Amino acid sequence: MKASHAIWKERFKAKLPEPLGSEVDQFETEIDLRKQGKIDEKVFAETRLRRGAYGQRYDNGHRYDGTQSRTLPFADKPTKGPGTMWDAPGMLRIKIPFGGLNPAQLEVMAELAEEYSDGIAHVTTRQDFQLHFIHIENGPSLMRRLAAVGITTREACGNAVRNVTACPYSGVCGDEAFDVTPYSHVLAWFLMGHPDTMEFGRKLKPAFSGCAQHACGLTQMHDIGYTAVVREVDGKLQRGFKIVVGGGLGPVPRQARLLTEFAPVEEMLPLTQAVCRVFGKHGEKANRNAARIKFLVDKWGIEKFRTEVFAVRKELREDPRWLDMLKDVEKSVEGPLHPPGQLPAVNGNEKLREWIKSNVRDQRQDGYVTCAVTLPLGDITADQLRSLADIVAKYTRGTIRTTVEQNFLIRWVSKSDVAALYGDLAAVDLGQSGGSSIVDVTACPGTDTCKLGISSSRGLGGELRNRLLAKSAQLDEAVKGLHIKVSGCFNSCGVHHVADLGFYGVSRTVNGYKVPHFQLVVGGQWENNAGSYGLPIIAIPSKRAPDAVDRITEYFVKNRQGDEKFFAFVKRVGKGPIRELLEPLNQNFPTHDADPGFYSDWGDPRQYSIGDIGIGECAGEVVSRYQFELVASERLVFEAGLHLDRGATQQAGETAYAAFLQAARALIQIQYDDIGSAPDEIVSEFKERFFDTKMFFDPFVGPKFANYFFAAHAARGETFTPDTAHHRIAEAQLFIEAVHNCYNKLRSTPAPAATK
Amino acid sequence: MELQHLVVKIPVAGALAIDPAKVVDVMHQWVAGQTVPGVLLIDVAELLHVPKGPGVVAVGHEADYSLDHTGGLWGVQYRRKTQLPGTNGARIAEALKSAAQTARRIQEAFPALKLSNTTFELIINDRGIAPNTPETYAAALPEIEAGLRAALGHGDFKFTRHDTERRQRFGVTVQSSRAFDLAALAAG
Repeated sequence: MKASHAIWKERFKAKLPEPLGSEVDQFETEIDLRKQGKIDEKVFAETRLRRGAYGQRYDNGHRYDGTQSRTLPFADKPTKGPGTMWDAPGMLRIKIPFGGLNPAQLEVMAELAEEYSDGIAHVTTRQDFQLHFIHIENGPSLMRRLAAVGITTREACGNAVRNVTACPYSGVCGDEAFDVTPYSHVLAWFLMGHPDTMEFGRKLKPAFSGCAQHACGLTQMHDIGYTAVVREVDGKLQRGFKIVVGGGLGPVPRQARLLTEFAPVEEMLPLTQAVCRVFGKHGEKANRNAARIKFLVDKWGIEKFRTEVFAVRKELREDPRWLDMLKDVEKSVEGPLHPPGQLPAVNGNEKLREWIKSNVRDQRQDGYVTCAVTLPLGDITADQLRSLADIVAKYTRGTIRTTVEQNFLIRWVSKSDVAALYGDLAAVDLGQSGGSSIVDVTACPGTDTCKLGISSSRGLGGELRNRLLAKSAQLDEAVKGLHIKVSGCFNSCGVHHVADLGFYGVSRTVNGYKVPHFQLVVGGQWENNAGSYGLPIIAIPSKRAPDAVDRITEYFVKNRQGDEKFFAFVKRVGKGPIRELLEPLNQNFPTHDADPGFYSDWGDPRQYSIGDIGIGECAGEVVSRYQFELVASERLVFEAGLHLDRGATQQAGETAYAAFLQAARALIQIQYDDIGSAPDEIVSEFKERFFDTKMFFDPFVGPKFANYFFAAHAARGETFTPDTAHHRIAEAQLFIEAVHNCYNKLRSTPAPAATK
Repeated sequence: MELQHLVVKIPVAGALAIDPAKVVDVMHQWVAGQTVPGVLLIDVAELLHVPKGPGVVAVGHEADYSLDHTGGLWGVQYRRKTQLPGTNGARIAEALKSAAQTARRIQEAFPALKLSNTTFELIINDRGIAPNTPETYAAALPEIEAGLRAALGHGDFKFTRHDTERRQRFGVTVQSSRAFDLAALAAG
């Protein structure tokens, strides 16, 4: 614990806004009680998660060092949760509703990053901040200092309503129906700690958008999404929201479904409360892998869900806050500091010209622009944060927003100030151009700090960024507009499903060694509020992923028609030729001796591992047969995607099911040569050998992937819609990944006799 | 006043003559071998993509060790995270010794790394106990002087306060009129 703990406690005593102050006191008490063993570790884990205090990689006290898994000898103290060492550092997630910040808040963020973390504040893909390497006992001091400037970490993690995100252009965008900023702010504070949000089986992520057509709000991929709509009633304009529910990324993404085309703004809070009550009451609790609201919407169908929500809404006890909290929404409008102006003459300043082109956007209000501050991988130093605070105060009324592209957006900049503002940003290395372009790669923390990371998303993201920046002047304009997003695993924190080129981490075995790979996902759409999700087409060794980007972008430039966008291009040419283009990257692997670097990940020279699994002994014949069978299942899942692309929905779903069977059969064959091809037999053998023994269970999500298989089998013969076929394909892909992992697990133990 | 959470940064002499990315591998070896007595090393954070940032950090429970580039100045840095018992003098001596040991460890792998032998930075990384005020300067300076005199065996120092801006951490640049020997410092 820092020496200043008592100083901060005393300084802010009775001075913090409530309930933030008393909540920090409670958390501090809970820390003490846990240290004394008076709170159960599971209860404490959920308590700290609801305060934003998350676990971090290696907090179980084990770390693979490149040759073997070693114990990190943390002091013997109570755990912070099951298998989570007390002294292990953790991540603190800090909620920033709608991404809105002021200079004082930026300055505090800088102080905390410097004093408690590694000097870096990280902007997430949901407009939060994250600080890493935080000790749990410093949590209350951090929280008090944040609360003093109106920021909370409450419910930033855990089974709660997470940060309420919103389009960062709200209020200044020419296409919006109205400014959603104050509504997102109101919703965030209304739901925080609300009794109807206490019974969730999983998290709930809300998002706001001012319009339907742009990507900025990403409402379609959220648990609940609000899009501003204005309609005319009796000659009067009425504000409201189109509300969608049940969207989400994660392993198997879902597009949100329509709850209502129009809810007047006065209904926003009660209707949301009703959604929360329905989710809390009827959502899955026992199986956390099926507990998001999207699964309830799937199970019930949107009609039943809607009926239930509106029925509950009618029964809700009237809450005066529903309207009281909206009283000032139209008053809370940002404005400019300086008079409007004109953009400067660039006069041969190429860097300024580039920056204006990529990072500056006209506001709806004449004479003003927004300016994006591009951060490398969402990271910013303490010094830069303080400089940014000064810049924001100098040119605006002190408002700035984080964005889901892990950047900042400065709003209400007079066009006359653009050159000076750029100069100030560039002076502190924040003047990088290429905002929202292909060089502005988004990446989740991945193996750097996340417990679930499989491959180094930040490593790959950084490498791609460096390479693309180095040749950005030569890049075709069509390529510059692409989005690359990288996740360290299938959980999609890097939002790879909605990128032009998405990557998520997987592992493969090459020459007896594990090799980090990335599945390449194409066909996603960033526009239309994340209007379409892509599908994986091929897994590529991590070190060859940049080559994949080169090949695809060159192919796109050569073969696009007119001003065709990448999303349309992929639709037209199909995924087959793209996969064909990349298949050579999966050939001619170097031996470990010839190129050990191929067997490690970007930015991490250790021999790659996904855990503590060593290289086991295994009969070559069985391995080759297994690999042959598994390749067939990968081919099937890819073909399923092609069927879906050409509109053969039924065939797509059925082929995905066949891929499940093929992959399961591949695994069974390792133990049982004579396995037949009848689906019931495959399922039965799989269940007995790998499910009942828990051999197939994932360390983090348990039986989830096996359950995908059982569900697909139980539903065989079903009629597929484009959505359900898409889900089946994504599930089959994840099942195949799990087969790879199970196979690796098997290889680390002596193989049983290959007989029944 | 009690000096806790000290940071000591020994700047590179001239331009950085090594590839900082290669230090990542070396630090991973430190973690694998747990080579720092009394400190549990946990991981390596490679932050070279951030301009003028923390560089490469060996993250420990009690302290961090880095090849740091904050403020655009490369240097080898020790940063104490947990509290240390004892006197201010002992804590200053410990910080200097740890920074010097870190420097020596990196130099063993990269002999081309040249570091200043007359200058270092000393920061108190805790605004609660040491806000960047004239009062802190007045209270801390005698303690720092005494600690350095004990650690280095002389009192010929010039102190320059880093920044008078209240938002910054309290810190001084120490200029020694006599060259110090990193090896001797590292040996304590």
